[in-house]
Formats: sequence, C-alpha cells, structure tokens
Amino acid sequence: MGKYLDILVFVIGGIAFPVGVVTLGGSLRRSYPDPAKEASYESGETPFGDARIRFHIGYYIFALIYLVFDVEAVFLYPWAVQYLHLSRGIAFGEIVVFVVMLLIGWFYAWRKKVLSWM
Amino acid sequence: MNILLAAILKVIGVLMFVGLNAYILIWGERKVSGHIQRRIGPIRVGGPSGIMQSAADILKLMSKEDFVPSGADWWLWVLAPVVSVAPAVLVYLVLPIGRTLVLRNLNVGLVFFSSVSSFTLLGIFMAGWGSNNKYSLLGAMRAGAQLFSYEIPLILSTIGVVMLAGSLTLQRIVAAQTHYGWFIFPQIVGFIVFFVASVAELNRTPFDLAEAESELVAGYFTEYSGMRWAMFAIAEYSNLFTLSALGVTLFLGGWHGPLLPGWVWFVLKSYFLVFVGIWIRWTLPRVRIDQLMDLGWKFLFPVSVLNLLGTGLYLMVR
Repeated sequence: MGKYLDILVFVIGGIAFPVGVVTLGGSLRRSYPDPAKEASYESGETPFGDARIRFHIGYYIFALIYLVFDVEAVFLYPWAVQYLHLSRGIAFGEIVVFVVMLLIGWFYAWRKKVLSWM
Repeated sequence: MNILLAAILKVIGVLMFVGLNAYILIWGERKVSGHIQRRIGPIRVGGPSGIMQSAADILKLMSKEDFVPSGADWWLWVLAPVVSVAPAVLVYLVLPIGRTLVLRNLNVGLVFFSSVSSFTLLGIFMAGWGSNNKYSLLGAMRAGAQLFSYEIPLILSTIGVVMLAGSLTLQRIVAAQTHYGWFIFPQIVGFIVFFVASVAELNRTPFDLAEAESELVAGYFTEYSGMRWAMFAIAEYSNLFTLSALGVTLFLGGWHGPLLPGWVWFVLKSYFLVFVGIWIRWTLPRVRIDQLMDLGWKFLFPVSVLNLLGTGLYLMVR
C-alpha cells in the first residue's frame, strides 16, 4: 500500500483542487437564482423538450471495433517491451501473424462498410 | 510519514505548476493567435504585452456567478469538472523532468499515462449528458466518436518507441535515447501519427469537434460558467502541456541537451511542442467528424501498424 501512496495523494489532490477553487469562487460572490437564468441555453430561444432523448449513435459499430482493437493493442505492449530479449526471427514472425490477422479483421470491417458514418 | 509528507509536497508543487501553466498559456495562446492572424492580441491589461490579462481573467471568473441549470443532473454536472481536472494532475507523476528528477518512476509509466489521460473523455461525457442541453449532448457524442478514432493510432504509435527502448518506464525511454539519438529520427512516422492523434485527444482545432464554437456554441461546456468553466480550461491547458511533454519524452530526447540543465531542456522542448499545437490551432480550419473518423481508421491506423512492423523488421536485420 505504501508503494502507491503518492498516487493516492495525487488523486486526492486532483480532486481537492477543483473542489476547493469552485468553493472559494462560490464564497466570494453572491448568488441570485432566477428561473430564466437557469433555463438551458438554446441560442436565446425558449428551450423545448428534453435533451436526454433516445439518441441515434451513428458510430456504435465503431465503438465495438474500437474495443476489440484496443484490447489487441494492450497485447502488443508486453511483446514490444521484451522484443530485444527474444529470439527475434520467431518473435517477429509471431507478431506478423498476429498483426495480419488484425488487419484482415480491419479490412473485412472496411469492406462491409462498417467504417463509414451512418 | 515522510513518504506522505513528500507526496503532499509533490502534489502541491504540481498544482502550483498547473496554475502557472494555465496562466501562461491563456495569455500565450491569445498572443500567438494574435500574431499569427496579424492582430496584436492582449496589450492593454497591465505590464508589457498585456501579461496581466490572465490575472484579470481569473478575477472575472472568480466573481462570476456559476449556477446549476434547472434541468441538469446535479451529481453528473457538478462532478464533471472534477473528473476532468483530476487525471490532468495525476499524469504529472510519471513525467521524467530531469536526469534524476521524476516524481514517481513507475515501471508501467507509459501505460499509466495513456490510461489516466483517457479519463478526460469521461469528464466530457458527464458534462455533456448532465447538462440537459442539446448542444452539450451533441458535443459529448462527438467526443466519443473522436476517441474511437484517435486512441488506437495514439497507442500504436508509441509501441515503436517501446520496442527500441525495451521498456515502458518513461525515464528508461529517455535514457535509451542517449546512444540511439532522439527517437524522432528512426520513428518519424510514429511521431507524425502521435502528433496528429494527440491534437485530436486534446480536442483542439482542426479536431475540436466536441466544442466547435460555430456549430455547437461551446459543445459540452455550454452550460458552465465561472470557476466551473475555468476548471475545464485549466484541464485543457494542463493536458496540452503534459501531452506535449510525453511527445518530448518519447520522441525528442526528453531532458537531453547541451549546456543547460536537463529540466530546462525538458520544459523548453515541451513548450516548443505546445507552441506548434497553438500554431496549428490558429492556422487550420476544422474537419468534419466523418473526415476525422476516416483519417483515424483508414490512414493513421494502417500507417501506425506498418510502422510497428517496420520497426520490428529493422531491429531484426540490424
């Protein structure tokens, strides 16, 4: 626990800073609440409806593919760190197989028109 | 107890730097943009070249009312600035400032950096969804689309450097550049991909789709004012510095340099990359979101994969 104490302190400091500054700013000036002021901004028009609607996320398939490739990228880190210490021919051959499989998936997604805005 | 005291001193030092950095960059960005666009920028507020402009800004923001909009989701809305600032402070831990000067020499420094800095999106999304404002919602959704496009090239472009250095410790990566020379020369492709992706990560023009002023008013922070808004600005400028510093660490030799002490070189190079970022921001127009996604997936991603394979081949035959 002691090893990672400074990370914990940094998290606490990073939270305390905005909380402290916003509290300080809030205590320095008065507050005059007003319904018109608190209405959400819609370029001066009277706001209508709710913004939390069922929103079509045109890129949700991107998000799924992103997840896959992000995990693949994590697999590359240990290989990259150890690359100079491995038998390089074998290590390189293995990563070529891995990356080519990755690229086949990527190319398939591209040809299936997944990588386009919907 | 001593460890705790040292950690508290470190975090206070970093917070002071975050404040100073925001002060300098708010003024510097206006100054540079003014000169680039053949204007003058701030000149009137105190001191030479309007150096007190940021102080006036702070006073204004301090005295400005920040209210919670009536439709907002209170917890999400109030916590969003905190979630934006906290990771911006946390990443300073692993930056190798000098030859022996690093706040915490984590053995997974690079992974720590990229994972913590991704939290910024969470803050953006909380702000966008919590505001109950249509502009904010669109900004937050765009920020998501943007992350899916640049994050993978950003990670893959750093792997070439990791292969050359054989370590994820940022301090060791800089030390490895002693006998290799700066990694920008063998990794020029990686550096270009990294730089483009980091401009997208910072939500700055030409990739500032999440806050596009001319389309979405201010995007995800439309409803914020006063000090809460200032927190987003501080986080943005802090991230601008830390991501430039990461670029310096990985590609531009970190604290290496003649004559001056190491930390001076580190700061100078970092602010040089910051300057290039500001330069790009005030020179290029904004792209469309589908153009950004095309750039990320159909250009930067294959290029960074090829760079990875090329580095492997180079190290094998060398």
